[in-house]
Amino acid sequence: MWGGCGLRAARGRALGLAGVRRVGRKVEPPRATGLEGKQTNRTLLVIPWLFSNNGIMCLKSNNISFAYSNKMRSLRYVGTRFHSTSTTVDPKEMKIFQALAFKWWDEQGIYAPLHSMNDLRVPFIRDNLLKMVARHQLESPLSGMKILDVGCGGGLLCEPLGRLGALVTGIDPLNENIKTAQQHKSFDPILDKRIQYKACILEDIVEETAESFDAVVASEVVEHVNDLETFIQCCCKVLKPGGSLFITTINKTQLSYALAIIFAEQIAGIVPKGTHTWEKFVSPEQLESFLESNGLLVQTIIGMLYNPFSGYWRWTENTSLNYATHAVKSSVQAENEEHHAKAPGVHGMGASQK
Amino acid sequence: MAACVRFTRVLAVPGTTLGGPRLPGLRRLSCSVGPGQAVYDVVVAGGGMVGTAMACALGHNVHFRDKKILLLEAGSNKILEKLPETYSNRVSSISPGSATLLSSFGAWDHICNMRYKPFRRMQVWDACSEALITFDKDDLDDMGYIVENNVIMSALTKQLDAVPDQVEVLYRSKVISYTWPGPFFNTDTNPWVQITLADGHQLQTKLLIGADGQNSGVRHAAGIQNVCWPYDQSAVVATLHLSEPTDNNVAWQRFLPSGPIALLPLSDTLSSLVWSTSHEHAAELVSMEEENFLDAINSAFWSDASHTDFVDSAGSVLQYAFTLLQPTKSSARQLPPSVAKVDPQSRALFPLGMGHAVEYVRPRVALIGDAAHRVHPLAGQGVNMGFGDISSLLRHLSTAAFNGKDLGSMSHLTEYETERQRHNVSLIAATDLLKRLYSTTIAPLVLLRMWGLQATNAVSPLKEQIMAFASK
Repeated sequence: MWGGCGLRAARGRALGLAGVRRVGRKVEPPRATGLEGKQTNRTLLVIPWLFSNNGIMCLKSNNISFAYSNKMRSLRYVGTRFHSTSTTVDPKEMKIFQALAFKWWDEQGIYAPLHSMNDLRVPFIRDNLLKMVARHQLESPLSGMKILDVGCGGGLLCEPLGRLGALVTGIDPLNENIKTAQQHKSFDPILDKRIQYKACILEDIVEETAESFDAVVASEVVEHVNDLETFIQCCCKVLKPGGSLFITTINKTQLSYALAIIFAEQIAGIVPKGTHTWEKFVSPEQLESFLESNGLLVQTIIGMLYNPFSGYWRWTENTSLNYATHAVKSSVQAENEEHHAKAPGVHGMGASQK
Repeated sequence: MAACVRFTRVLAVPGTTLGGPRLPGLRRLSCSVGPGQAVYDVVVAGGGMVGTAMACALGHNVHFRDKKILLLEAGSNKILEKLPETYSNRVSSISPGSATLLSSFGAWDHICNMRYKPFRRMQVWDACSEALITFDKDDLDDMGYIVENNVIMSALTKQLDAVPDQVEVLYRSKVISYTWPGPFFNTDTNPWVQITLADGHQLQTKLLIGADGQNSGVRHAAGIQNVCWPYDQSAVVATLHLSEPTDNNVAWQRFLPSGPIALLPLSDTLSSLVWSTSHEHAAELVSMEEENFLDAINSAFWSDASHTDFVDSAGSVLQYAFTLLQPTKSSARQLPPSVAKVDPQSRALFPLGMGHAVEYVRPRVALIGDAAHRVHPLAGQGVNMGFGDISSLLRHLSTAAFNGKDLGSMSHLTEYETERQRHNVSLIAATDLLKRLYSTTIAPLVLLRMWGLQATNAVSPLKEQIMAFASK
């Protein structure tokens, strides 16, 4: 039953476009049944309507999703509400996340794998960041650190980091996600102070926040990003020299194709068809080369394995499905400048958004 | 889940209402954060031994140093200004595991400075046969400690007062209602447990820990089912003076057909009595003349009146067989000291029962101690189970805190529940079985339990397992 994993990836947090019409919140959330399938069926009913409303072809076909990727690419600029200049955000996948925006905080719901992934990724981020500092307090170990969570979704990862004392900025292209995240943290006076959310894309804030974060987290995001190289460049830009970049994502292997696309989307039907584009999955080797070419030194690459029966994640040597990586921005300034100059299409990208 | 609708259940409010603005905690409550209400990380409902220990343990935990913790207690501060000369009749058997927990936040030192009695040996035997079982610690470790409940309370309160910045205590507070959040987050509803106090104050908490005893208001309000039944027994307690001073480091328990009688050491000259017997007999024991009461106790420990020749001979055959197999091992039967005097005013009785909550946790709620389980005192496990709950819950909560988790999340609460139910259910079942098995005089059953006890006594690994389990 690898649906769980596919589900996680497909429903993972993503970069997308701001200002898309609100739909999800009109749908009453099904009560916590714990049956993922049931809830997804409801989701599926929502999606075609949503798509037709925005003038985008509905993905009703049974064919595997990546066959459509070319077609989708040409449709990317059709929707007038979309930011036409973003190179990293995929409008097609945003549709699916938009419909699910109100479900982020259901621990037993469709985002359950992301909730339980916190058991791995929070200690991963915490421990790697603590290696960099001489001393820390146990009650708020990340106190004073500035962290950017790119594609924060409903704030599932921002809140734990905030509880550990970090000053977190969460950005997500979907207004619905930011609204959910904002409302959720507003009930906690401490988190309300430590976390700020912004509905925007990474390119929008690169200039204003250059070299201001101790850490950037892109968890379950890069598999939804269109132009990964630009994305990594932007992440690198906002990091302080010596800052850490944390990425968790899904590998581009036959196994991930079989489980995340074929099984989860086509056979089991627990993931709406078209949420995944296998082409965009990235192998650790490729990711590493992107990171290294941007002056980010890879410290760790480690596999993560989800057990859909227990609902828990565990670390593994094998990176053929999900994996996490930690890279540190080189403190040598010149090296970064050189790489930025080489990279095409980065300049002015953020500015045109506003 | 049908519980999707938020519901409020109003609890019956016996007793007094809250004192007034002079209570120290109230001042801080009024200047609250958020939408006119204080938001706590953890609220512990019930300031008995288990609730206070829970608040103490959290207050002294390094991962909770910047968390807001509140203890709600209906009574007043139970600190002992001066240790009373007379021993209290309410005592607890504290296992080494519980002592470790109490030491972890400094309360055990206070107990050692006040009064406690370690015991190194336990002898349990049957009134209907010669069968007996003894538990010894080979090394010089203590098997457990007999401590007065008010000494434990005082020690815990002292340690609680040592961390006023971490733990707020609201004495003489009464909860009127709890309002639960929906089963999962709806962006516009309040996600916390809301507590309304009798004085009109409203509190909010991310996690509510119900430590409010066997008639737990938290359990009722959460709608958690409780499997329970009363026993046909009451326990008579008293503080007894021994005929002559002894080492007094053995805990004695004899199973009479009417119920177990236990003599627990308090000092070289004093022991505490816990005698479980029928309601009528218990009432009789409490009201009878002192001399008759002492006679009843001595004969309960010494009399062979319930023996039958048939069972005795069957028992000696098996005992002979064991002696052949393990000639070196002779289970020396000792006899308990005789008692000469009972402390005036120390005789009291209370009814016994068994209970177990079907669930220990709900989203943002956890039950500990008697709120989750109630046992017969024959195994001396009541408060130890509660302290065991604390150790387990504390471990899961401090991991959750260090991982930045929402403290009220079901993911770690369920782990606590699984871990503790596994331990508690087996203990409750075993205790209940023992109680039933020893309440009869029917020969086949007497024979069975006699052989069982003899066999258990002969098989050391089994005995060690039992000891290890009971000393957790």
